[in-house]
Amino acid sequence: MSTNIADHVRATLVRRGRWGIGEILFWLIAAATLYFLPERHLILNEIVIIGLFALSLDLILGYAGIVSLGHAAFFGLGAYTAGILARDGIADPLLGLGAAAIAAALLGFVTSFLVLRGSDLTKLMVTLGVALVLGEIANQASWLTGGADGLQGIAMGPILGLFEFDIFGTTAYGYSLTVTFLLFILARRIVVSPYGLSLRSIRDNPLKARAVGIPVNRRLVAVYTLAAAYAGIAGALLAQTTQFVSLDVLAFHRSADVMLVLVIGGVGYLYGGLIGAIVFKVLQDVISAWTPQYWQFWIGLILVIIVLAGRERLTERVRVLWKGVAGRTAKSPETLPKTSAREV
Amino acid sequence: MTIALETKGLVKRFGGLVATDNVSFKLEQGARHALIGPNGAGKTTFINLLTGVIKPTAGQIFLEGQEITGLRPELRVQRGLARTFQINQLFPAMTPLETIGLAVSERTGGGHDWWRVTGSKREIIDEIVEIAQRFRLTDVLDERTSNLAYGKQRLLEIAVAFACKPRVLLLDEPAAGVPEAERHELLATVAALPRDVSVLLIEHDMDLVFSFADRISVMVNGALFTEGTVEQVSTDPKVRAVYLGESVDE
Repeated sequence: MSTNIADHVRATLVRRGRWGIGEILFWLIAAATLYFLPERHLILNEIVIIGLFALSLDLILGYAGIVSLGHAAFFGLGAYTAGILARDGIADPLLGLGAAAIAAALLGFVTSFLVLRGSDLTKLMVTLGVALVLGEIANQASWLTGGADGLQGIAMGPILGLFEFDIFGTTAYGYSLTVTFLLFILARRIVVSPYGLSLRSIRDNPLKARAVGIPVNRRLVAVYTLAAAYAGIAGALLAQTTQFVSLDVLAFHRSADVMLVLVIGGVGYLYGGLIGAIVFKVLQDVISAWTPQYWQFWIGLILVIIVLAGRERLTERVRVLWKGVAGRTAKSPETLPKTSAREV
Repeated sequence: MTIALETKGLVKRFGGLVATDNVSFKLEQGARHALIGPNGAGKTTFINLLTGVIKPTAGQIFLEGQEITGLRPELRVQRGLARTFQINQLFPAMTPLETIGLAVSERTGGGHDWWRVTGSKREIIDEIVEIAQRFRLTDVLDERTSNLAYGKQRLLEIAVAFACKPRVLLLDEPAAGVPEAERHELLATVAALPRDVSVLLIEHDMDLVFSFADRISVMVNGALFTEGTVEQVSTDPKVRAVYLGESVDE
């Protein structure tokens, strides 16, 4: 009897680490777009970068319950770090990526001590404040950043000395997608590890987490630093693949957009950021083609509906509808894994 | 007998209110000790001082002879002082399996492990199973904690504390609010806790206190009022007076 239970316990725990068919499909399709959608590589590159940025926010918001309105601070710092390095002659992309990650991680580590105290409101304000401060520094230090004119003269070398960036964005997209995929694998390992489990417990009930012997603050500092590094890499990818950095990377709307993207895609579920980025960009594309001046109105309306109706309820409704349409023969229509936010 | 947990002159003031008044208390190794007292006597404040949730105004706390007065709560847990909460403090979105697994892997130092999948170690699986069986949670392991029957949630509350492998276990009203039908199961598991764990039970329910404890301390207005064996305390007229709400001349 007890061996049965042991097997069950092991299977249940280990299952979370396994990749579902839907997940594998998701990445296969993503890889396939490298060949099948050559004319869309520029926008796909942007989508992947926003997706990675949202994934980074999900690590702190979805898994550790840390709210942030200033996540662009890390994105922007990463972008400027990579951009300035490339402008000043260090043209190797991976080196720039590493430097951006380290710079953003350092900022994340230092600011985590400010962010982790206080209520959610305090967190929102402190994160917002950090991003504003950084934005103003970038604006004033025009000798370094180019200020309001933006950082110009970025010349990237080939990736690994092999792949030159091209004007169609194919190398850029392949590069961003690969980096994002690798970081995704890492994040996925982390969230199913005991460390990841402890983060979820802190999000759910910090008082109890302490009573179980979890050093709550240390765990949060670690994940905040990690998320900052992720955001820094996303920013660096943008700087390197567009070969331009403007103050826009630190702007408030970037922090707000990434929150929006994550809410659209689903919080606490690593694919949420990626799916949200796709939906967000496609919506932006479609709506702004249809009504260029009012696209934000529609995005805003959609956001309100999603939040009020609850994403889970919406997806559930779609699932039920689909089952009705597809009848009993079709199995599991979603290309997404069925594990809900709380399980992964 | 050796002392598992001891306080010396413990004081906690909230502004003008003295919530804990010069409490010097000893919990012996392997004890089944109950702390009782009327509502507002300061029992929960005392627990919070012991576990480090709040800091004392004065006094010292010792766990197995070592001072822990200034230690952070999670470090006290790691040294072997675990507690349950009077009002369930659980992880509503997690399953009992995950909750126990979390506590076990934290205790075995796995909490820093960010690369392996939870549950890839045999010892952890075995321990989860053992605890689940001890606390009769095997049939609800995969339910969402928020969906569990209240009695099961109470059992899980104790199971999580037990998974920290405490030397001293503080049970804050374990039976509070548990419906009659689920009570028996809870009391049986509490009674079956291994003897090498010293237990301090805070409880209102006199049936549970008398059946479980071999020593009783009575707390009134933040101070220790009296202490003794079950017979001594249950026949003490002053204790009866306190419980009936009459004033006691001291």
